Amino acid sequence: MLEVLAAGALTTVQDRGRPGWARYGVPPSGPVDAAAFAAANRLVGNSPAAAGLEITLAGPTLRALDDCLIAVCGAAFDLWVGRLPVPGWHSVYVRAGSVIRFGALRRGARACLAVSGGIQVPLFLGSRSTYLRGGFGGKEGRALQAGDRLLLGAGALRSPIEAAGVRWPSKRRPPYCSSPTLRVVLGPQDDHLSPAAVSRLLNADYVLSPAWDRMGARLMGPPLDFRKATGIVSDGVVTGSIQVVPDGQPIIALVDRQTTGGYPKVATVIGADLPLLAQCPPGATVRLAPVGIAEAQAALLAFRGGL
Amino acid sequence: MDTPDTTVPVYPRVLPVGESAFTVEFGARVDPALNRRVHALDALLRRQDRPGILELVPSYRALLVLYDPGRVTAPELRAQLLALAQGGDLEAPAPEGRLIELPVRYGGEAGPDLDAVAAHTGLTPEEVIRLHSRPVYTVAMLGFAPGFAYLLGLPERLSTPRLSTPRLQVAPGSVGIAGSQTGVYALNTPGGWQIIGRTDLRLFDPVADPPFRIEAGDCVRFVAHSADA
Repeated sequence: MLEVLAAGALTTVQDRGRPGWARYGVPPSGPVDAAAFAAANRLVGNSPAAAGLEITLAGPTLRALDDCLIAVCGAAFDLWVGRLPVPGWHSVYVRAGSVIRFGALRRGARACLAVSGGIQVPLFLGSRSTYLRGGFGGKEGRALQAGDRLLLGAGALRSPIEAAGVRWPSKRRPPYCSSPTLRVVLGPQDDHLSPAAVSRLLNADYVLSPAWDRMGARLMGPPLDFRKATGIVSDGVVTGSIQVVPDGQPIIALVDRQTTGGYPKVATVIGADLPLLAQCPPGATVRLAPVGIAEAQAALLAFRGGL
Repeated sequence: MDTPDTTVPVYPRVLPVGESAFTVEFGARVDPALNRRVHALDALLRRQDRPGILELVPSYRALLVLYDPGRVTAPELRAQLLALAQGGDLEAPAPEGRLIELPVRYGGEAGPDLDAVAAHTGLTPEEVIRLHSRPVYTVAMLGFAPGFAYLLGLPERLSTPRLSTPRLQVAPGSVGIAGSQTGVYALNTPGGWQIIGRTDLRLFDPVADPPFRIEAGDCVRFVAHSADA
């Protein structure tokens, strides 16, 4: 069991997500940084389907009530188990009764904490992921609060202390940086923008606005002008879809996005680069660079191979 | 100033949405004929269960096809989708979707905006109820929120703009009007549609199979129950 002593800014239970329900209006949810999440689960010996925590901007304080292994990947937080500082991207042995404490955020925006055995909350539509706006999944459909207790799967008790101290190699981590260039595939509705606006989209520095959550990342930059209607007949949205709203600013859809949308989707951030976006906090600068489908698919398959 | 658009789209067309999805567009309008073709292609692909296709998201005039690029190549899938979209199979008279009858209490606490819709349309509340419960609607798509059903077929006479300030909470089962659309809320969510009534049928039950009572492509008819019954 994990006991929540302090919840942090936004800490939610997530697993790989809830694919397959988009036709009913249910978004995939899951971790925004799927690469960090997968690495954390691997480090503690969990199946890729196990649930863990997504930790946002300010981390929680937790007490482990069982011996277990943990790993924290993604954003770089100062981290202690008891009085001992411990590194990210490592498996760490935690004795029953120890306190896991997150300190200052050094880099990135979202960390994933995996714990051996996985967090046991009820499955909802086949997944343990929290969908905040729908109010379901995870711990009662909400972010964690002080006083919550999270059950761990049976694997927690069998964690060998020898499995501690394993490090996830740097070359298998996403190439995080503070001002990433995100590769995009143009379309399907880039024809709603003027050619000059498409060129601006691909050459401007965009700053992530404070309107920043698991639904989407709003970008601030030179406004883009339309040559067709500012709206379309609503159709399906994917994670990474870049919608341009009528004021000419783009919004990148993330895992808790709506499944359909009525703004033109002018490009899509490729799957392999979503972890880079996941680690950009409000105020970070990003650029967008066009690639073809073949390059985007090769990047995705290489990225999956690294997990 | 508008730049003349020299690229007139030819439909149907298949466009990439990132590296793991295509959208099959049948047109650019809200049109029952286009929506029928979306549902026909959706049904065909679901029956065929093609390798590599992960998820299908039907909407008014397009079908989003999510796929695994590790299992099917983009050029191959794009060609298959285009051939199916252009093929005659989608032109056959669409098999009628399931007809779902929803008992609705119009007005009162269940439909707080019925009087506003009546005032806007110049009809009496009774006429609004009669007109709204007459057609057989088609579920064009689910979206916006889990289980929210967008219906095609609202009588023109009932068109009413959205609320100027959306409600923070709309009760599950609420039936609303926004512009020329009507729809049904499955979950408690914020919403800006004019709420004219509510069904007590449970539209979403996470432990039922399937959990959502209404699917895209289904037909829906509202059966008026007196608000004070």
